[in-house]
Amino acid sequence: MQPAISRIQAPVGFFYSVMMTFLHYQLCSDGFFCINTPLFFIEITMPTQHTLTTKERFAIPRQEMPAQRADERNKNFKEVNLGYTAELAQKEALRCIQCKDPACIKGCPVNIKIDQFIKLISDGNFLGAARKIKEDNVLPAICGRVCPQEDQCEKTCILTKKHRSVAIGNLERFAADYERETGNVELPTVKASTGKTIAVIGSGPAGLSCANDLIQLGHSVTVFEALHELGGVLVYGIPEFRLPKDIVKSEIDGLKKLGVNFIPNAVAGRSVTVDELLKEEGFDAVFIGVGAGLPWFLGIPGENLLGVYSANEFLTRVNLMKSYQFPDNDTPVFNCKGKNVAVFGGGNTAMDAVRTAKRLGAEHASIVYRRSEAEMPARLEEVHHAKEEGIEFLMLMNPLEFIGNDQQWLTGAKCLRMELGEPDESGRRRPVPIKDSEFILPIDMAVISIGNGSNPLIKQTTPDIEVSKRDTIVVDINTMATSKEDVYAGGDIVTGGATVILAMGAGRTAAKAIHEKLMGTVIQ
Amino acid sequence: MHKIVSTIFLAENIKKIEIEAPRIAKKRKAGQFIMIRVGQTGERVPLTIADSDPEKGTITIIVQGMGKSTRELNSKEAGDTVSDIVGPLGTPSHIEKFGTAVSIGGGVGTAIAYPTAVALKEAGNYVITINGARSKELVILENEMKAVSDEAYITTDDGSYGFHGFVTQKLQELIDSGKKIDYVLAIGPIPMMRAIAEVTRPYHIKTMVSLNPIMVDGTGMCGGCRVTVDNQIKFACVDGPEFDAHQVDFKNLTDRNKLYLPEEKQSAEAFSHQCNLQ
Repeated sequence: MQPAISRIQAPVGFFYSVMMTFLHYQLCSDGFFCINTPLFFIEITMPTQHTLTTKERFAIPRQEMPAQRADERNKNFKEVNLGYTAELAQKEALRCIQCKDPACIKGCPVNIKIDQFIKLISDGNFLGAARKIKEDNVLPAICGRVCPQEDQCEKTCILTKKHRSVAIGNLERFAADYERETGNVELPTVKASTGKTIAVIGSGPAGLSCANDLIQLGHSVTVFEALHELGGVLVYGIPEFRLPKDIVKSEIDGLKKLGVNFIPNAVAGRSVTVDELLKEEGFDAVFIGVGAGLPWFLGIPGENLLGVYSANEFLTRVNLMKSYQFPDNDTPVFNCKGKNVAVFGGGNTAMDAVRTAKRLGAEHASIVYRRSEAEMPARLEEVHHAKEEGIEFLMLMNPLEFIGNDQQWLTGAKCLRMELGEPDESGRRRPVPIKDSEFILPIDMAVISIGNGSNPLIKQTTPDIEVSKRDTIVVDINTMATSKEDVYAGGDIVTGGATVILAMGAGRTAAKAIHEKLMGTVIQ
Repeated sequence: MHKIVSTIFLAENIKKIEIEAPRIAKKRKAGQFIMIRVGQTGERVPLTIADSDPEKGTITIIVQGMGKSTRELNSKEAGDTVSDIVGPLGTPSHIEKFGTAVSIGGGVGTAIAYPTAVALKEAGNYVITINGARSKELVILENEMKAVSDEAYITTDDGSYGFHGFVTQKLQELIDSGKKIDYVLAIGPIPMMRAIAEVTRPYHIKTMVSLNPIMVDGTGMCGGCRVTVDNQIKFACVDGPEFDAHQVDFKNLTDRNKLYLPEEKQSAEAFSHQCNLQ
């Protein structure tokens, strides 16, 4: 690579203007030029979007996300994905054909103006891109990392018909990281005070997005969080290697700067009830975003043996309590070093748990799932990363019983082999036991990751909020209003275990409805 | 941050600590607990609330220095702070007019038996308290227990004070004397609670115990504190901590509480070493 401007060769049709004089260029193998310079020096406009032919555009391969090497990252808790560089991001952005009626936007639960922000990235206006995303999504650095884009925006991308979709999630993450890392986060304007006060219960994705919208509309917002750290599942559930906690902290700091008041260590239904918030503390409305609750267990013998954990407990110990840093942090966790760890379940939480066990030194860290890999609900990227890291996938196996030694430590799981039968009501092929196929899987630790029930505290203390048979809160999906006047709810407490972005969407819907109800006006 | 208002040692290694926590002071009921985190790298430790003063906005906990976290907490003095307190957690004690109610505290368990004895008395029960300890020096809350009791007994294992023997023997003696007992609450070491359950079982006396499994969040999210009651999984933090003694699987609780013995020992030793250096 030569830092000489004369070396630049761009494909025919390109025109560029460089505002800074000390940029370094590199001619890449596929004929496009890259910019090799720290992000914050770049001030460049490259209006290339309309100058590429469709053929040229299609010739650009989807840009892979740079990542830590698998054999290194499975021993540390640092983030796996390293993020696009500016040149990778621009090159990827050029793949977008700027549809007139972009299907990707309809695939996004919060309808981010995807075509517009991608155009801004290809133009080199990274800050502009970040701000465009933030018009619709409060937490882009988080969603860019944890959204299941392959099932949402990227699934509906027109390119998937013939090529691979535009890497919308990677681009979203790039723009948000660029804005944050360059210290250019711009606080949105907050409207004049309305004099209304709203209590938000839970500081997870639903609560944060609801609080963000309400504060910008001029309301006074107080967020109550049960744990000592803010962020809900973003902090206790999703591991550091997938979502660095500094990013969550910085997003929450932004809300604090806007004036949102956060009260940690306040458990709704115990420290304070919904009725007390409305009647005694004078809140005009309450939004409940307490997330999922009690973890489910398998209900098989031996589940209370030493070494059997819920995924929630295992992940909370490691993520929230930082037991991977024991003894520097006081909270211990099962010593996985050299042990056989099996995680029962096939969702994203199961992937988080099994990859965590591997990082804690497990010799064998396996996913045990009763269906086949095709039916696993986990994101493809997580499965792919897990495999690279040496996670073993034991498919079509169903645990019958956990077996322990005389000290009650787990030594194995009696399992049954399964085969796939006819599709069940979920549309997935039903696992059917194979006769006489029982065997003992030798394991030292079992993590149960089969989902969660609902938090019972709200129901117990606020009986006039209608709940479903599954104890989730019943709402009007257009407003997220519950059966109780001035009380709204959203996120996993309404849907059961779902995604960060769906929870955020619910928080925003509720914020709009709360505003309209309190102010007697309609937001267009 | 929560400021410690006052501290006093009630017995060797057992400290009474009054801490500012206005919201909790206002709301707490007998039998409920808090999770406390002493410092920024600390564990979340469950401790039952012994008393509260809603006017002053303070709660009182009684702490026996066992592992690192409780010893670190016991090293705090008035004016010091702790990072986090959350509560009141758990289902409050079920209080009603049973008739004659016996509240039994073993060792530091008396700190938990006491507030429930107060509530039982307020509900109009004839309250008998049995306050057990290994020896005279370890008896705590003697005057407080006496003040809420219609009959108050002290037992010591070594006979250095009060009745010579275990709380179970005293309870058996009361039953044998023909006293009609309608309700027993027993709080103390697991072997004691297990033994009390066996004393009352043949007489079908309703008996409750407060369980102390290992917890992480204390709000029902992790399931680490699961206990087996009536062959069902219950979460002590939300379904308890008080359960029917005749239905609790005490063996499973004893086993599960051994989960982190090596790590607890390692932390405690490191803490002792650090104290010795200072």
